[in-house]
Amino acid sequence: MRIVGRGRVDRTITVPFTFDGRRFWGHEGDTLASALMANGVRMVGRSFKYHRPRGIFSAGSEEPSALVTIGHGTARTPNVRAPMQELYEGLSARSQNAWPSLSRDLLALNDLLAPFLGAGFYYKTFMWPRAFWERVYEPAIRRAAGPGALSGQADAARYDKAFAHCDVLVIGGGPSGLMAALVAGRAGSDVILAEEDRKFGGRLLAETEEVDGQPGPDWAAGVVAELTALPNVRLMPRTTVTGAYDQGTYAALERVGLHLAAPHPDAPLETFWRIVARRTVLAAGALERAIAFPDNDRPGIMQAGAVRAYLHRWGVAAGRNVTVFTNNDSGHRTARDLRAAGVDVAGVVDARPDAPDSADYPVFAAGHVVGTSGRHGLREIRVRHAGGQRQLATDCLAVSGGWNPSVHLACHMNARPVWHEGIAGFVAPDGAVPGMAAAGAARGLFSTAGCLADGAEAARAALADLGVTVTSVEVPRAEDGAYDIAPLWHVPGKGRAWLDYQNDVTVKDVEMAAHQNFASAEHMKRYTTQGMAPDQGKTSNVAALAVLAEATGRTIPQTGTTTYRPPYTPVSIAAMGAGGRGKGFAPERFTPSHAACVRRDAPMVEAGLWYRPSYFPLNGETSWRDSCDREVRMVRERVGICDVSTLGKIDVQGPDATAFLDLVYANTISTLRVGRVRYGIMLREDGHVMDDGTCARLGPHHYLVTTTTAAAGPVMRHMEFVHQCLAPRLDVRFIPVTEQWAQFAIAGPRSRDLLNALLDTSIDGQDFPFMACGAVGLMGVAGRLFRISFSGEHGYELAVPARFGAALFRQLLCLAEPFGGGPYGMEALNVLRIEKGFLTHAELDGRTTAFDLGLGRMVSPGKDCIGKAAARRPGLCGASREQLVGLKPVAPEGRLTPGAHLFAEGAQAVRVNDQGHVTSACHSPTLGHEIALAFLKDGRARHGRRMRSVDHLLGVETLCEVCDPVFFDPEGARARG
Amino acid sequence: MRITCPLCGARDRREFHYMGDAVYLDRPDPVAPAVAWDDYLHLRDNPAGETRDLWFHEAGCGAWLVVTRNTVSHDVLSVALADGIRGGAG
Ligand SMILES: [Zn+2]
Repeated sequence: MRIVGRGRVDRTITVPFTFDGRRFWGHEGDTLASALMANGVRMVGRSFKYHRPRGIFSAGSEEPSALVTIGHGTARTPNVRAPMQELYEGLSARSQNAWPSLSRDLLALNDLLAPFLGAGFYYKTFMWPRAFWERVYEPAIRRAAGPGALSGQADAARYDKAFAHCDVLVIGGGPSGLMAALVAGRAGSDVILAEEDRKFGGRLLAETEEVDGQPGPDWAAGVVAELTALPNVRLMPRTTVTGAYDQGTYAALERVGLHLAAPHPDAPLETFWRIVARRTVLAAGALERAIAFPDNDRPGIMQAGAVRAYLHRWGVAAGRNVTVFTNNDSGHRTARDLRAAGVDVAGVVDARPDAPDSADYPVFAAGHVVGTSGRHGLREIRVRHAGGQRQLATDCLAVSGGWNPSVHLACHMNARPVWHEGIAGFVAPDGAVPGMAAAGAARGLFSTAGCLADGAEAARAALADLGVTVTSVEVPRAEDGAYDIAPLWHVPGKGRAWLDYQNDVTVKDVEMAAHQNFASAEHMKRYTTQGMAPDQGKTSNVAALAVLAEATGRTIPQTGTTTYRPPYTPVSIAAMGAGGRGKGFAPERFTPSHAACVRRDAPMVEAGLWYRPSYFPLNGETSWRDSCDREVRMVRERVGICDVSTLGKIDVQGPDATAFLDLVYANTISTLRVGRVRYGIMLREDGHVMDDGTCARLGPHHYLVTTTTAAAGPVMRHMEFVHQCLAPRLDVRFIPVTEQWAQFAIAGPRSRDLLNALLDTSIDGQDFPFMACGAVGLMGVAGRLFRISFSGEHGYELAVPARFGAALFRQLLCLAEPFGGGPYGMEALNVLRIEKGFLTHAELDGRTTAFDLGLGRMVSPGKDCIGKAAARRPGLCGASREQLVGLKPVAPEGRLTPGAHLFAEGAQAVRVNDQGHVTSACHSPTLGHEIALAFLKDGRARHGRRMRSVDHLLGVETLCEVCDPVFFDPEGARARG
Repeated sequence: MRITCPLCGARDRREFHYMGDAVYLDRPDPVAPAVAWDDYLHLRDNPAGETRDLWFHEAGCGAWLVVTRNTVSHDVLSVALADGIRGGAG
């Protein structure tokens, strides 16, 4: 019901919206909650467990009851707190947790079963039989209990992440926060003022107070105008600071487009911020708490402060005939304000025996509300007071159990709040978050004048910390009343009295937890689920602790609180994961030949972040095997081209480069001549092989080291570690040049012929023997040529600056054609290397040693190297180790699969009999059968023996013969020729 | 968490790669007994309080850093270049 002349919504603008399909109208400036209330909608949802009718309880993000689903299809968002949803034209909201409809919810039957659904009910009832846990109980519970549901479709909206830095972060834009921002802003510091609401002002927007002789909202607007004009101040409305982290880092969620009928397509709906602040003023205010009394959860029973907020900010009366239940002065303020606005007040029930009297409404001193009635909304309350019993007809009961300072963020780094007897509440502990200080209501100061002064002082102190002196601060005049409270947490008596509305936890549940010895706050929480709903018990936790304290004969500070953890309010996963959807999850790295490969219809496969061609299908080929076999034969018989730019390349230079490489490589580099390449392995310090690759000596003090594709980063990091941490006096420098060079393998018997058609100066076996390297020129471009082979064929790798890579690939393919050559992909590359027993990360899996790989003699005895000492450990060599071997099937059609395990003939294929495993396998078109590389216990001594290869996953079992891992051309004549 | 790199200034921890205890700086002699190598490679304290560990400013300047911090309070007490600490060795 709107009150004429009240509130700050723009009544000239009408905003249509729907709730459960019914059309309603609100005004510009309304929230969904204020608009529903103005339209007389009282019941907006059903409770989580008992399906009790629920209404709007608060006017802020602490809302436990009025959760709705907004939107349709992919844009559907469940569990939106109605007071947080700004109204826009066409907004569509639906109630949750009710079926078939809100007023005729069949699952309200749960409420009749309440005696059986108390605390610990899940743990006790659904224990047996175990097989029912997932198939029966969980689906049933999820259907019956629980808030709104997701759409099940991918969210098509945009979200964003952002970062900000400032001198002073002010959290909360009420009187304390505005003053803090003003003082810091005027001093010239970089200030961020984050406010959860769309408007700055905090409680000033919800009360009638004056500041410096102006209405509170006008004073706030003036401050905002001044702050807006300051270039060093960033105002962030609709932004909730959700977490405090180490070294002044804060998380915040900005609602950028959730209030718009048509959000800009390029703008995010929400932005997840990381704000780094040198100092922080926590001006998060305080939240009003409830009092538990029988049947205190009916629609129409709400926070007394929220009743004032709806009246003063939105011009809405929460009822026609309001009652108040309070244990402190602020309940009377609600009664006075309603009377002044012409709303009937049937009485104020004040728990204090010395309750202040009033001429405008009846006051029931030493009064308790002991019962309520009204099926879908409050109709009547029963009152017991100093003078006896009364029944009062009322459609709205405004409750104030006192105010809890919002200490959450101050406690995010494991601190506990401190009990403050004067306000019967917890306040933020000092210094719990380095650089943060609480101010105003967050610190337990509840008068406006106190908050204004405290906010200014907090900013002054923060600035002083940063070396900025603020001499005089003028604090505006405002109300400076005292705050009187006599704690009352729950009214004793029969009937269920709710603490946690969102999770349906009652006083009896907490008492039962205490009686069953779940007496610590953390145990009680988990046993009852108190405070574990999305609202995290913002309006109920302290009362629940008080009930627990009473039930266990302790004081509240003795009982203590549970742990405060981020986020303060729910943060959508979409915002936290912004940018990480689809391809955004990981950057894509493309080789110089990428476009050409895609044009040739090569399926591209991921190799780390890289994309590489799997194979190059030709007309008539029906499977990847056809293409792969052809490409292998092409390389063995003619010439093939493969983009190997993804291999890591590290340029190493300096007078001590040789000594350095001797330290990081297991084998000796110092004997390598200029113009030659050597295969090398690097060990980890624990003796296992880290990576392999080639090392080319380009000059006396200049090397080019290559790594496997995946290890490019880790090897660079390792080399920096060895240099900076172990050998800083070595005069050597290195940089990664992986992306600076495009590099192509040219492999096959015709590779030199092809090169000589390309190079400015032709080469021969004399000036370019196997494992030679050197500078070459091609069409005026300076390149590098390495005669190395990962295929076992006469082959080269040719490198040019990356910008020439695409052109060179095209040219190489053109030149290959007359020789019957062409491109080959990863599948063929893999077959070629398995045929030769060459290694990849399937074999270098971090658990294998040089000994295991048959490379033990590469670990030079004449020098120290990383990993040498540990590699000598007894367990890392010897017959007990699984050693690299080759496998071939005894029957020519036998299948070998990577991941299969090896067992002796006749032994059962179980773990205790495991003799090793297959790491790589393929069909060898060269040999005409499948081959595999494997690790086998004492494998090198078992060549010629038969083993069973058993792949339990694929159900493949093959009898095979152990052999040397080099299947093809074991002398290496083809590569040398 | 933020680490102040002596070369780059205060940066988000996502720019850094964590390695482990700064004991890795004290590599034993190659011929040291196996027990010394075992200690170096595998045995670590797990202090509730001050600890020194190695971080690599991988997305920054590429410096290896020795970060002294408190595992309880999360305070970062000092950050130094590893090669400055090992300057006299190698
Ligand atoms: Zn740095």
